[in-house]
Amino acid sequence: MTIPTGKLVDVPPEDSVGVGNRRLTRVEKRAIAAKGKLSSPWASGIAILIAILWTVPTFGLFITSFRPQSEIQSSGWWTILANPGLTLDNYEEVLFGSSTNFATYFVNSIVVTLPAVVIPISLALLAAYAFAWIDFKGRNILFVAVFALQVIPIQVTLIPLLTSYVQWGLSGSFWTIWLSHSIFALPLAIFLLHNFMKEIPASLVEAARVDGAGHVKIFFRVLLPLLAPAIASFAIFQFLWVWNDLLVALTFAGGSTNVAPLTVRIAELSGTRGSSWYLLSAGAFISIIVPLVVFLALQRYFVRGLLAGSVKG
Amino acid sequence: MKRMTRRSSAALATGAAFALLLAACSDSDDGGGSSDSPAASGDIDCAPFEEYGDLSGTTVTVYTSIVAPESEQQTDSYIPFEECTGAEISYEGSREFEAQLPVRLSAGTPPDIAYIPQPGFLRSLVADFPGKVIAAPQPVIDNATEFFSEEWVGYGSVDGTLYATPLGANVKSFVWYSPQQFEDNSWEVPTTWDELMTLTQDIADSGAIPWCAGIESGPATGWPATDWLEDVVLRTAGPEVYDQWVDHTIPFNDPQIVEALGAVGDILRNPDYVNGGLGDVSSIATAPWNEAGNGIPAGTCSLMRAANFYQANWPEDVTVSEDPQENGVYAFYLPAVSADDKPILGAGEFVTAFSDRPEVAAFQAYLSSPEWANEKAKVTGQGWFSANSGLDPSLLQSPIDVMAFELLTDPEYTFRFDGSDLMPAAVGAGSFWTQMTDWIATGQSDEETLTNIENSWPSS
Repeated sequence: MTIPTGKLVDVPPEDSVGVGNRRLTRVEKRAIAAKGKLSSPWASGIAILIAILWTVPTFGLFITSFRPQSEIQSSGWWTILANPGLTLDNYEEVLFGSSTNFATYFVNSIVVTLPAVVIPISLALLAAYAFAWIDFKGRNILFVAVFALQVIPIQVTLIPLLTSYVQWGLSGSFWTIWLSHSIFALPLAIFLLHNFMKEIPASLVEAARVDGAGHVKIFFRVLLPLLAPAIASFAIFQFLWVWNDLLVALTFAGGSTNVAPLTVRIAELSGTRGSSWYLLSAGAFISIIVPLVVFLALQRYFVRGLLAGSVKG
Repeated sequence: MKRMTRRSSAALATGAAFALLLAACSDSDDGGGSSDSPAASGDIDCAPFEEYGDLSGTTVTVYTSIVAPESEQQTDSYIPFEECTGAEISYEGSREFEAQLPVRLSAGTPPDIAYIPQPGFLRSLVADFPGKVIAAPQPVIDNATEFFSEEWVGYGSVDGTLYATPLGANVKSFVWYSPQQFEDNSWEVPTTWDELMTLTQDIADSGAIPWCAGIESGPATGWPATDWLEDVVLRTAGPEVYDQWVDHTIPFNDPQIVEALGAVGDILRNPDYVNGGLGDVSSIATAPWNEAGNGIPAGTCSLMRAANFYQANWPEDVTVSEDPQENGVYAFYLPAVSADDKPILGAGEFVTAFSDRPEVAAFQAYLSSPEWANEKAKVTGQGWFSANSGLDPSLLQSPIDVMAFELLTDPEYTFRFDGSDLMPAAVGAGSFWTQMTDWIATGQSDEETLTNIENSWPSS
């Protein structure tokens, strides 16, 4: 593929740049070259096409959620123009049709998700700091051990964990879900945050240490502000995972309405024999709203932070 | 070194403070048991409940596969028990019931009572968790022998011990049709298998497709086809052979079963007979079971074999009634070879206890009593009845339920439980479903289908 020459006109000639700026120029050149490649009409066309293909199912789901029951069951959403008629009945049924108010599940989901995001991040930040900046015996082995925990499928831990919770008298409370999500999230959280912390120049930490800062001060005053993107990205990651989780909630909270989150309700929305499946699209959209808002609000951290933490060099 | 120690003790202190904080929070969470039972209605007669005594302050947890909206009728039917004894029933329904119940039993957090929909599952629970499933107490045994037929008591027993009593029931040997269409064409409701086949041929000769069917049901795709085969085995081979087939004392691919599958195939795999309004034979495999019947009120097909609980799936403008009317549907008993031969296929849930506390035993006794069955009938719209002979049929609100209840309690009819619920899960909830789907979708031969299922039967 040829690079449109018009894009290259702005690049200053190589020899006019000083030695100190050479690296910057190369980066700039690459950026412009990449921009040139990416903004070719072909690439844009393909990107738009992929975006449309990707969005069509969601759009169809969205249309379906507003169609009356008989229409949903007899024809596809693409026939909406031939069979007009939109209704809020599905949403009403999902929100108010059950003996337990939908809001209860919504609140439960929030109550489940917030601590399940805050707890692992707090612990992982402390652990990552220790692994990155405190020299202690067996640090590498311990770090590899923590990292290796990621390969354990959570399914094998469900029954032993639940047994322990029952012994500790925690079953039926939010604690089982909070602790479980924290346990499952910690290895990845520690790994990502550790890599991010390790990237911060050692001289910065050493300088702080020379100035008399202890670990606590270094952590809060030097590292934490620099870690904001990494924390935000992991927070989104964990938030989406916890919000959409059904397995952990089902196993540890069961369907008891006191602690069951939204996903448990949606899983049961279609009824005992699946006869009210037409409600599922409306239920899905109600459940999507919160993660969508969170994701859109924080999306610029998402890509940046994840890349920063996971790719070294 | 000294600095390290100070720091680790600081870390310890932080950890301890954190733990305290956690403990403080957990207290406030646990106490929030909601008691949202509606206000006492004055017309509850508490006399039948006196035998249970005063159970104030106790709670019975119930775990079932019945979820909203049907779960509301369940919880409503417990209100008299709660009002009169003071016990609180904590109901929990989950569509993942069958996967989650063994998890809870292994983890040591079983519910007090579970409603188990398959006797085969009950049997494996008794075998896998010795001592966890509690044998029924005497008042429950008394109720069971008084109000339920021997077959139903047998399905709730394992090795002669009664563990579980029947809760709801359903009858699967029904063929749905449109009374209006039958009247317009002066078709008669068939009373023998031959009459059914003649009617089928008559409809086909008139240029219409007589039957519609659908067996798609997500991960359980194929189960309506297994019911077809079971129903026909009961008819062509008889209940004794059916029992041997289900117990695996005769092989799954016994010649009598091959014959029965051939009879099913005469309808389901005959392109002249299926699949009205939906497509060819293979469309049965992809048609959702709970929408397959929509062709009957629409006029694209005339007959569909489905259980009494199919009535919940009719569109809102369809009326379930024997009187011929626009958009009316009704069902007739799937006839047997002769009019005197009356096998009936059905299923139901079984109340199983995992605790022997007095309030649990009392609630179990209540659920096996006619008082509960009548209360449940009062609060349920349609699509429910019980095999409890003390149930007052005038309380049932749908004509199909009344008919199903009458068939079930009529001694002339021989009841048999849905075989796939009695077989080991590897077959009854596995190869039986998938092979029947292949049989429909790919045209796999009768013998090969049954032999494949026979080979998948667990060896022990």
